[in-house]
Amino acid sequence: MATKEAGRGPASYKPLSMSPKEYQQFAKSRQPSRPVFANCVRAFLVGGFICFIGEGVQHFFMAAFDMTSRQAGNPTVAVMILISVILTCLGVYDKIAQWAGAGTAVPVTGFANSMCSAAIEHRSEGLVLGVGANMFKLAGSVIVFGTVAAFFVGIVYWILGVSH
Amino acid sequence: MQYLWAFLVGGAICIVGQLLFDVAKLTPAHTMATLVVAGAVLDGLGLYDPLVDFAGAGATVPITSFGNALVHGALSELQEVGWIGIITGIFQITSAGISAAIIFSFLAALAVKPKG
Repeated sequence: MATKEAGRGPASYKPLSMSPKEYQQFAKSRQPSRPVFANCVRAFLVGGFICFIGEGVQHFFMAAFDMTSRQAGNPTVAVMILISVILTCLGVYDKIAQWAGAGTAVPVTGFANSMCSAAIEHRSEGLVLGVGANMFKLAGSVIVFGTVAAFFVGIVYWILGVSH
Repeated sequence: MQYLWAFLVGGAICIVGQLLFDVAKLTPAHTMATLVVAGAVLDGLGLYDPLVDFAGAGATVPITSFGNALVHGALSELQEVGWIGIITGIFQITSAGISAAIIFSFLAALAVKPKG
């Protein structure tokens, strides 16, 4: 029905001569190829820099509170998350993320960014149905798969009876 | 020197993530889930701890360390209290990260209006 009308109109469209499968291949061939190497360099630089800052925070905790490097790991992660949330609130983190790709997504700061931006975005839908229900929309898969994987690793250790 | 290794190893893990984006064409959620499972499996094989000793924050800041910490919690409780520890111990170590992310994000949602 729609094609008939289009054929009668002044701007007549050619009927699509491709099957959906052919069209998909055609569309794929016209997609701009991704600059994989440049993306990797950016991810490396930004991701490395975030870990570099993390190392600095960790050394601060070790020096200031007399912690071992293992003990300092947890407060370091918390501080990195706080920094990430502040940068997300200022709108800076997403700007960096557009340039850095996986460099900002893979560190734990990206995990916090996904939760914080989801929380802010859905604030208008209310505290419970908006913020509460949507906070883990993106980060949830990380927690679910991490927990399930850790559970199975634990089961294997339990069955084999080996100590870590 | 520790700073250099943190930079190099952290950056290298991010390159793996970028390759999963660009070459394997995974969505960000699939990539993160893959990396977390990889961290958990590597820790199960006993390979993640040496990396943490070597690279410091280069190994603890990327999301792979989240899987590593989940396994660590489960296994240490497994040794202390037996099989139920696998369930009770999983979030023992990651509590800092998850709680901080929830609390700060909630407060941010109260304080900030969305942009754009």
